[in-house]
Amino acid sequence: MSNAAWETLSNQAVGAAGIVYFLALLAHLAEWASLRQPKGTEKRVAVGSAGLAEVAPAPTTRETERAEFLGRLGFLLTVIAAVAHAVSLVGRGMAGDPNRVPWGNMYEFTLTGSCLVTVMYLVLYRRLRLSWMAPLVLGFVLTVLMAARLWLYEPVAPLTEALNSYWLMIHVTAAIIATGAFTLGGIASAVYLVKMRAQSRLPEGAELTGFLARVPTLDGLDRVAYRVHAFAFPVWTFAVLITGPIWAHQAWSRYWNWDPKEVWAFITWVVYAGYLHARATAGWKGRNAALLALLGVATLWWNFIGVNFFAGNNSQHSYADRPPAVVGPYDVRG
Amino acid sequence: MTQAPERRSGELTAREMLRWTWRQLTSMRTALVLLLLLALGAVPGSIIPQSGVDSLAVSRWKDAHPSLTPVYEKLDLFSVYDSVWFSAIYLLLVLSLVGCIVPRLFVYAKAMRALPPAAPRNLTRLPDSAGYRTDEDADAVLARAREVLAKRYRLRPAAEGDGFVAGERGRLREAGNLLFHLSVLIVLAGFGVGALYGFEGGVVIIQQSKQCPDCGTFSNTLSQYDDFDPGGLFTPDQLNPFSFTVQDFGVDWLKSGDRAGQARGFDAKIAYRQGTDGAEQHYDLKVNHPLSIGDTDVFLIGHGYAPVLTIRDGHGDVAWSGPTAFLPQDQSFLSFGVIKARTAKPGEIGLEGLFYPTFEVIDGNPVTVFPEDLKPALSMLVYTGDLGLDDGSAQSVYVLDKDNATQVMKADGRPFRLDIEPGQTVKLPDGLGSVTFDGVQPWVRVQISQSPGKDVALAGVVLALIGLCGSLFVRPRRVWVRARPVDDEDGVDTGGRTLVEVAVLDRSGNHEVDEVVRDIVEQLQGQGQDSSPEHSQEHA
Repeated sequence: MSNAAWETLSNQAVGAAGIVYFLALLAHLAEWASLRQPKGTEKRVAVGSAGLAEVAPAPTTRETERAEFLGRLGFLLTVIAAVAHAVSLVGRGMAGDPNRVPWGNMYEFTLTGSCLVTVMYLVLYRRLRLSWMAPLVLGFVLTVLMAARLWLYEPVAPLTEALNSYWLMIHVTAAIIATGAFTLGGIASAVYLVKMRAQSRLPEGAELTGFLARVPTLDGLDRVAYRVHAFAFPVWTFAVLITGPIWAHQAWSRYWNWDPKEVWAFITWVVYAGYLHARATAGWKGRNAALLALLGVATLWWNFIGVNFFAGNNSQHSYADRPPAVVGPYDVRG
Repeated sequence: MTQAPERRSGELTAREMLRWTWRQLTSMRTALVLLLLLALGAVPGSIIPQSGVDSLAVSRWKDAHPSLTPVYEKLDLFSVYDSVWFSAIYLLLVLSLVGCIVPRLFVYAKAMRALPPAAPRNLTRLPDSAGYRTDEDADAVLARAREVLAKRYRLRPAAEGDGFVAGERGRLREAGNLLFHLSVLIVLAGFGVGALYGFEGGVVIIQQSKQCPDCGTFSNTLSQYDDFDPGGLFTPDQLNPFSFTVQDFGVDWLKSGDRAGQARGFDAKIAYRQGTDGAEQHYDLKVNHPLSIGDTDVFLIGHGYAPVLTIRDGHGDVAWSGPTAFLPQDQSFLSFGVIKARTAKPGEIGLEGLFYPTFEVIDGNPVTVFPEDLKPALSMLVYTGDLGLDDGSAQSVYVLDKDNATQVMKADGRPFRLDIEPGQTVKLPDGLGSVTFDGVQPWVRVQISQSPGKDVALAGVVLALIGLCGSLFVRPRRVWVRARPVDDEDGVDTGGRTLVEVAVLDRSGNHEVDEVVRDIVEQLQGQGQDSSPEHSQEHA
């Protein structure tokens, strides 16, 4: 296959992934919709699930079965979409001359990052019982994918010289994995805050209904968020504070340069360190910790996208067309 | 006799005040607030240009915002990361960290020697516990419990009449936690050593050639650097003696596609000697491939063009001959430069203007269409008279002092412009002499630096990561199994004569341990012969 063919394949795969993500999202939305009951039946379902289900089968078995089927369908479609998504990455990499990892510019970072979010969600689906997260994750990935295709698209081009290093593989892979995990953790923390607010507004004795009733308890959400963050934080440390400086030392002669991208990566690190601290500090547990997690994810994505646009010219991490040759007037005594 | 001063409630003595301050400073809450302050304090440095990163951007910013500049300067906003207030935040954080960690070290050392604690009186009150009855002997159950738990837990030695087994695991979590925090200090130490004792300097070196056999050499002494930025405690004897010659420099330009004109594959072939009389060694200096000589690293960070000119004065004597580095203005490598012929008679000759790597005239405008020197051309204005070269003051080689000079004009009174291509010789008006464009040499900008402490910092971060993983992934847990004989209540057979209770406590509070309880119960029952599992009950 020629490079152009690989590039076309990549573009088509992105389109296909987008469509299948959308179908998966529809399936999950239909799953939720089929679980919404008129008020009367809902009470009976609640009784059924409390332990009497085997004695007197709830009248909604068919609906439950349909919901389960839609859930499985959604999961399957997500897997297919993720495969297409991955194919688009492979296509990007093969279209490069010479072949390379598909993260040489913003479009490719975003493509890879969103793919990692999906993959991580699929991997943790069973372990952390993430089915409740499906519509949120799919909505997020779909939005990011569309934004990338619309505003960030760039044709395949060779890497700039400073990026031409095996550290690109190690450093950026770790950063993207951490970004994907932090994003999942951020979603869990956001749902935590929404559910907490909804619960506090309920009248005495009432119970939550709809989506919020089906997500895990506050404690469960907090635990899921923590476990995902606890995975992401060391990976981020590895990316930002170990491989980043090693590579920076090789490419730019300084291992820490207070470059805007570095500063924001450091800020993200500090905020998440704060999150981990907060979970162990009385008065900061729960709500404040979740707020910190959201702040962390905001700094993360700001760094990923914002810094490239707004501080592009100041940052050596700017992947715009800029020669690695650093030139400036320097005084020579003569 | 003086009366002791009456103390109002809330009034503290100096010592109490001090202790209160220390307590506050070393509390988790303060550490958290300081962490967030550190994050917040780092923000301005990413928005406002920093003199340590890009001094040119700083001076541009200052020119553009004359009214804000004094305020910003007062707040150290152009060097945030060296500023008093930023240092104050992280020093307080370090203090808080030390104050928090040191006492915990002692606590941990004590805990290392301590036994797993005895079972609480009422195990089933713990959130994750289970109980069942069996006809086995209590001692038999406990003996088996020891066997089961010993695989994964450190056990409290059995004592006569205990009636329980206590185990503990995951004490490395706190060790990881302590290691992480101590490693932060190591990183800061490494970083600090680098800032104090390190240096970095830059030099532009024109490639060696037949026309200029003396070009391309550098020996590592202070006077050879174009710019030099030492740390506070740097001493010149830190400069290791070495020398090198840039023998050849090549760039691989992309000639087609969207990124035509992008450069890649910069390669400077250099020959270097360690010490004053070491053997000559060769190295291909490339981006991402620095050369290490002793503690010193040599990096290739820039390149450009140096036109080679010969200037003859009015008497026909050579007043200047050789290459001059021109500074690229942008990616097109349109470059600006100045040439000064000091010994020219009757007057000094100064040239100032632009170098076009691939010269074309498009719509009457001179432009360069490609950054490689495919069709080079120079376009310069000429000055004569006093160029300020003899008053002994320092002068940049990239700036022409035109204060006392006169611009050379054509006969029609318009400025004379020297447009010249390689191989050409152009006569200057008014019998000033002539200029010959001999060719173009590439130059490279090399950064030379020592970053002492970088290995310490790296080791610190690696240790911190190890500690971090320990503190996040080790699951500290305590487990207890109690077995005691019970009488049937009111003659009702409740399933066995021994009551076994199992409880697990997750000390990090982040993990669900009900499965662990279930697992232990299953193991205890699975190996017993006459237990009655149908009576097992769980308290979740």
